[in-house]
Amino acid sequence: MAAAARGYSGVWRRAWQRAVACNARGGAVLAGKSGLAPWVPVVGLEIHAQISSNSKLFSGSQVQFAAPPNSLVSFFDASLPGTLPVLNRRCVEAAVMTGLALNCSINKKSLFDRKHYFYADLPAGYQITQQRVPIAVNGSLSYSLCIDNKMSQMVTKTVRIKQIQLEQDSGKSLHDDTRSQTLVDLNRAGVGLMEVVMEPDMCCGEEAAAAVRELQLILQTLGSSQAVMADYEIERQIEELENGGTILNETRAFDSKLGCTVPMRDKEGKQDYRFMPEPNLPPLILYDAKSLPANMNHQQVVNIDWIHERLPDLPSVKRAKLVEQYGILPEHSFTLLNEDGLTEFFENVVKQTQMKPKKVIGWILNDLLSYLKQHSLTVEESPVSSVLLADLLNLLEKKEISSTAAKQVLAELWKGEGKTPLEIVKEKKLELIQDQKELEQICQAVIDGQENEVMAIKAGNRKVLNKLIGLVQRETQGRSNPVLVKQLLEKKLSE
Amino acid sequence: MLRASLREVSAALKEGRVTPTELCQKCLSLIKSTKFLNAYITVAEETALKQAEESEKRYGRGQPLGVLDGIPVAVKDNFNAAGIETTCASKMLKGYISPYNATVVQKLLDQGAVLLGKTNLDEFAMGSGSTDGIFGPVRNPWSYSRQYKEKSVPKSHSQEDEESNWVITGGSSGGSAAAVSSFTCFAALGSDTGGSTRNPAAHCGVVGLKPTYGLISRHGLIPLVNSMDVPGILTRCVDDAAVVLGTLAGHDPKDSTTIQDNFKPFDLPNLTDVSKLSIGIPKEYHAPGLSSEILSLWSKAADLFKNAGAKVIEVSLPHTRYSIVCYHVLCTAEVASNMARFDGLEYGHRSDMNKSTESMYAATRREGFNDVVRGRILSGNYFLLKQNYENYFIKAQKVRRLIANDFVKVFGSGVDILLTPTTLSDAVPYMEFIKEDNRTRSAQDDILTQAANMAGLPAINVPTGLSERGLPVGLQFIGQSFQEKQLLTVAKWFEKQVKFPMIQLEVKRHDHGAFQHQKSASFS
Repeated sequence: MAAAARGYSGVWRRAWQRAVACNARGGAVLAGKSGLAPWVPVVGLEIHAQISSNSKLFSGSQVQFAAPPNSLVSFFDASLPGTLPVLNRRCVEAAVMTGLALNCSINKKSLFDRKHYFYADLPAGYQITQQRVPIAVNGSLSYSLCIDNKMSQMVTKTVRIKQIQLEQDSGKSLHDDTRSQTLVDLNRAGVGLMEVVMEPDMCCGEEAAAAVRELQLILQTLGSSQAVMADYEIERQIEELENGGTILNETRAFDSKLGCTVPMRDKEGKQDYRFMPEPNLPPLILYDAKSLPANMNHQQVVNIDWIHERLPDLPSVKRAKLVEQYGILPEHSFTLLNEDGLTEFFENVVKQTQMKPKKVIGWILNDLLSYLKQHSLTVEESPVSSVLLADLLNLLEKKEISSTAAKQVLAELWKGEGKTPLEIVKEKKLELIQDQKELEQICQAVIDGQENEVMAIKAGNRKVLNKLIGLVQRETQGRSNPVLVKQLLEKKLSE
Repeated sequence: MLRASLREVSAALKEGRVTPTELCQKCLSLIKSTKFLNAYITVAEETALKQAEESEKRYGRGQPLGVLDGIPVAVKDNFNAAGIETTCASKMLKGYISPYNATVVQKLLDQGAVLLGKTNLDEFAMGSGSTDGIFGPVRNPWSYSRQYKEKSVPKSHSQEDEESNWVITGGSSGGSAAAVSSFTCFAALGSDTGGSTRNPAAHCGVVGLKPTYGLISRHGLIPLVNSMDVPGILTRCVDDAAVVLGTLAGHDPKDSTTIQDNFKPFDLPNLTDVSKLSIGIPKEYHAPGLSSEILSLWSKAADLFKNAGAKVIEVSLPHTRYSIVCYHVLCTAEVASNMARFDGLEYGHRSDMNKSTESMYAATRREGFNDVVRGRILSGNYFLLKQNYENYFIKAQKVRRLIANDFVKVFGSGVDILLTPTTLSDAVPYMEFIKEDNRTRSAQDDILTQAANMAGLPAINVPTGLSERGLPVGLQFIGQSFQEKQLLTVAKWFEKQVKFPMIQLEVKRHDHGAFQHQKSASFS
């Protein structure tokens, strides 16, 4: 079930674990007829993230998206006889960065292996990967998700990272059934991949999706992979997984020789890859500040500590900073980071307005974001720029318009006709009535017209006041400040 | 002129006593008249002459690129040479025009060498006779030497008898060895995985050098066993081998298994005093099947060193007897892997079968590979199966380590160089050779040479004497890692002592099929 999305693909690995039921006193007990607990599905994932680099993992041909077929293929990529792999330093650095960001131990010595199978998009008949000793192991990824679709209840979970390995991507093959032929494009053959293997710690599709999303953000922040994967792919995979219960039951493999159950990659079935060490690549040796030999050329080595020092702020750190700096809620920070460009947009608006960030965030998340989602637009494509929104919020802050009016202005702004908020306010006459006397008159008129309600209020039913406020609002066509109106009404009613 | 050494002819070029184009033409002409040897698969006449012309211009300006400028050379047909067919003597690559030069080929060309052509071999370098390629077997030039004819040809001097009596070159670099031996070039590249340079060198009476693994780039050498292959150098004397080595050795960024250290080309000193030398004689190399002739020659050689004051001691390499099976497992495993790329999709032979990708692959590989290659692929895949990996591949790797450690111990105990036979006997007639299959022959013939490949050590065959049948016999020196200078220095001293005779080649003109008596011209 690998996604053919660019930059990023996941393969779902579903393993089954025995659940341990807890009895009422909180102890663990095995339940069920045979004394065994029922099976509970847990989800493991293998994510293949394409490394962001100029050239491929073992050859100098360029890495580029959407180039003409077979235009980025070196002799090595086409597996011409006699060609040899040469490791790309940048790919190693990307893997180290990613390993560090995922709290892994970086193996100072890792090895390359050949994984053999025949397929049209695998020119050499084997893939160079890291099966025995990968570059990074034993890490963890923390992610958050909302329970019950309420943005207010976020829970943090952790998934263990088993390992990260470097390996080659394959080419692409397209099957043309009408002409009974297969078309092979080797542009992607040999591009560097980081395979991130997550342990089966996730209970369901939602958790998996959240974990994947967080990983995506981390990779994009590091720059080690563009990790571009359309949301629909995540949705599709969740669905596949949810529907895959029975299928996975059948493909569950119990290897009698090994005496244990083996998690299976669905596609390949029982295939023996005849792993063999890659004889043309010596072990990959990485250094840190301690182990770095004195006279070694800095260009010749990869220094783990050097990379660590230069890691950018990870999403979790960024989110914490946003919460601290702007006083927004943690769940807000998640949404900000989850949307490309939204954080910048938010921060730009904050810079340009006097409105408190805590209030701005509402406009960003509730109004701007929902509009964009409705129309499938990215932040970049927003017809309302941060400048425009800031202008609008300033009008609101200065109490020149009500928040209802502001929403109307925003609706106009979406049309992208180039008008400023002020222009729209003037055009639609949305300014708040500033004249207190005028307001008082209208309040009085309403009071005069609502005898029953007035009596109810005076009798002690304060809630009815809202109806009066609503009537004033209607009279003023939304151009009255509800707080002020309430004050005026109360004052009049107490007279 | 053609019988001169590389250095001598280089000097002649510099002094203008001969021009590069003359030299090239002479070689091309000799290749034509020795066509029956079947040493060359492709003769690149046009490009060679062009290269010679360019060289001539440089000499004219007094600006030759170096010692190799204008020197005709040949290259085994498993090295990529741009614009020239590279076949590996296999149907799989027949007609394959390589788009790039192997690093070693490029280095030769950069030095102005003239590439005459690509030489014949066992298919994909699998074999010890140079008999199992699609272009037919290579004939040992010594089959047509006066020395052999006087000793071996039966009383009836009919040409039919001569035809059936010709001996093999050994392999798998037989074409290169024959090319050098028959004077058609001054140096040739071979490859050496289990002895494929040294074995034919011994049978053809030429110097065959296997350098230390990692010294010379394998980029562009179509691999047999990546962890054992090295480019080999074939020349008519040790000094010439040193010259070629100087051109080829050194780190190549395109080959990650080459060492980073700077390599400095060296001139070989003329050793006169061997008293400080310690020569080891490994007793296990007195292998079953070793001919009494060679045993005697080996013994004489040891005495030679002893009498000259060197310390000669018997040593032991106890794991020698496991090397054949160990080699068999590791070699076939890597072969199975390396041959996986030959599927007909990107290059090379593609079967007409096109019902499905898989059927196309299967048919292509069945059609393109000979039995030997297919056999090794099947064996190798067997050893790599998950259930066998531990017991075969891993075990063999461990045994390989033991074999390598044998050498470490011996060299660590003060021995400088090991002296052993190169082959079990002199070259056998082709008709006899083919009575046994490739696998049997390889197992037999590689026994004295394989271990050096397992351990990655440098080794060299030096032609030592003629057998009773009038055929060359060589002895092998095995040196320490990256100590080529020492190895070649000792080899050069030995060469000087034994004064191996020059081949007296008698070139007859043969027409296809019909054998006619013609004036035999022994060329000069």
